Amino acid sequence: MSNIIEKVAFDLLKSSVIYLPEDVKQALQKAYAEETSEAGKTQLKAILDNIEFAEKYQAPICQDTGTIIFYIKAGAKAKDLDKIEEAIIKATRRATVEVPIRPNAVNPFTQKNSGDNTGRLIPWINWELVSGDEIEMTVLPKGGGSENTCIMGMLVPGEGIRGVKKFVVDAVMKAGAKPCPPNILGVGIGGGSDIAMKIAKKVLLRPLNALNPDPEIAKLEREILEAVNMTGIGPMGLGGKTTVLGVNIDYAYRHPASYPAAVAFNCWAARRATARISTDGTVEYLTHKS
Amino acid sequence: MTVYKFKTPISEEEIRKLRANDVLYVTGTMFTARDQAHRRALDYFKQGKPLPLSLEGLAVFHCGPIVKKKEDKWTIVAAGPTTSTRMEIFEDEFIKNFKVRVIIGKGGMGKRTTEAMAKYGAVYGAFTGGAAILAANAIKTVKRVEWLDLGMPEAMWILDVEEFGPLTVAIDSHGNNLFTEVQKKVEENKQKIYQKLGLSP
Repeated sequence: MSNIIEKVAFDLLKSSVIYLPEDVKQALQKAYAEETSEAGKTQLKAILDNIEFAEKYQAPICQDTGTIIFYIKAGAKAKDLDKIEEAIIKATRRATVEVPIRPNAVNPFTQKNSGDNTGRLIPWINWELVSGDEIEMTVLPKGGGSENTCIMGMLVPGEGIRGVKKFVVDAVMKAGAKPCPPNILGVGIGGGSDIAMKIAKKVLLRPLNALNPDPEIAKLEREILEAVNMTGIGPMGLGGKTTVLGVNIDYAYRHPASYPAAVAFNCWAARRATARISTDGTVEYLTHKS
Repeated sequence: MTVYKFKTPISEEEIRKLRANDVLYVTGTMFTARDQAHRRALDYFKQGKPLPLSLEGLAVFHCGPIVKKKEDKWTIVAAGPTTSTRMEIFEDEFIKNFKVRVIIGKGGMGKRTTEAMAKYGAVYGAFTGGAAILAANAIKTVKRVEWLDLGMPEAMWILDVEEFGPLTVAIDSHGNNLFTEVQKKVEENKQKIYQKLGLSP
């Protein structure tokens, strides 16, 4: 089973860095069709050409193949759960050489690059224990440029959702060209300082064409999306009406005295890939069907 | 908007022809340099140590590429631009000391760089962030690599390029900065956005 897990982790890494999910591609095509700024349109054209070239040459869409983050939904009755971490590390080392992906794991004290995308706590694995005997594995290769504009704040509880709206639009205006717009925004509200950011990053995995199940939050997402696209930042910050492709919001209940909020930016190369491994070893690729 | 095609080494006279919003393609020698390579080059200059090559008239690319070695030959797999603002602390000195003419990256640069470009004659060419394969396509060969001890992304990759672009001239040598202009517009739009969200007092 651990061989299968390693193969799946490798396949997910490989397909995620080469092929963008359909929903992201469609959103970029729509943005290109609708963009009116000349500079913005040139940028979107280069983006679409680049996506096509990456598929044709089987090469990573972007040279920054990110920090490798995994999300595992581990069925409590699944086999070999204790082997997953090791399998992911092995798959990451192999992908670094074979895909290849850029070595992006640096020791923060010595500044030395490990050379294979692994190091203390990296790849980072988010665990979720679920019922059943299946393992669902998702990889999120998270680019550095958009990571540098992620922001967490402890807002004023009395301001309520107004505070969140201001926090998000201010974050987008401050980020400007830096996170490689058009971006996808993950917004996490409540829980605590760490929880808000965890939620924000995880909700980036929700496809752009999947509506928020809560109609009130879906409305808020649309409202914020329209607002941030009024900034004029545009594709790559060169001006235009496409600054953000989608806003995904999720939340946890908060402490009466605290109102944590976090904004996770993803670049236009919003890479993710998911597969489900059954207990008999069969694998279903959910985002990248070949 | 005018489209220019320049060959390296590029002269100051040529570079002064470019205006913000023009599109530029570069052919010839280009080298990559991120934070560490900028720092080392400037340290060498201070100590009077020669650089591995003369940078005069060349294009510097803010990029940490993915490079593969096959039978002792390096090939570029992916090579999109990195965020240029990190180099803002080095770039004015870099332009002044080494006379590079084109700075290629993403996200734009600040006041210090804009002033140095106007003073010494250089432009900033914005290349689409993440468009790594478009860039790799225009890179014909890796001439050689220097300072590989800094790691693959931070090393200085010396490249032979053909019509590398499209580069949007976002900072010209006359003090114009497209990114600053967009930022100004964003600031102007701020109140309108606050109003729409019901945030205005």
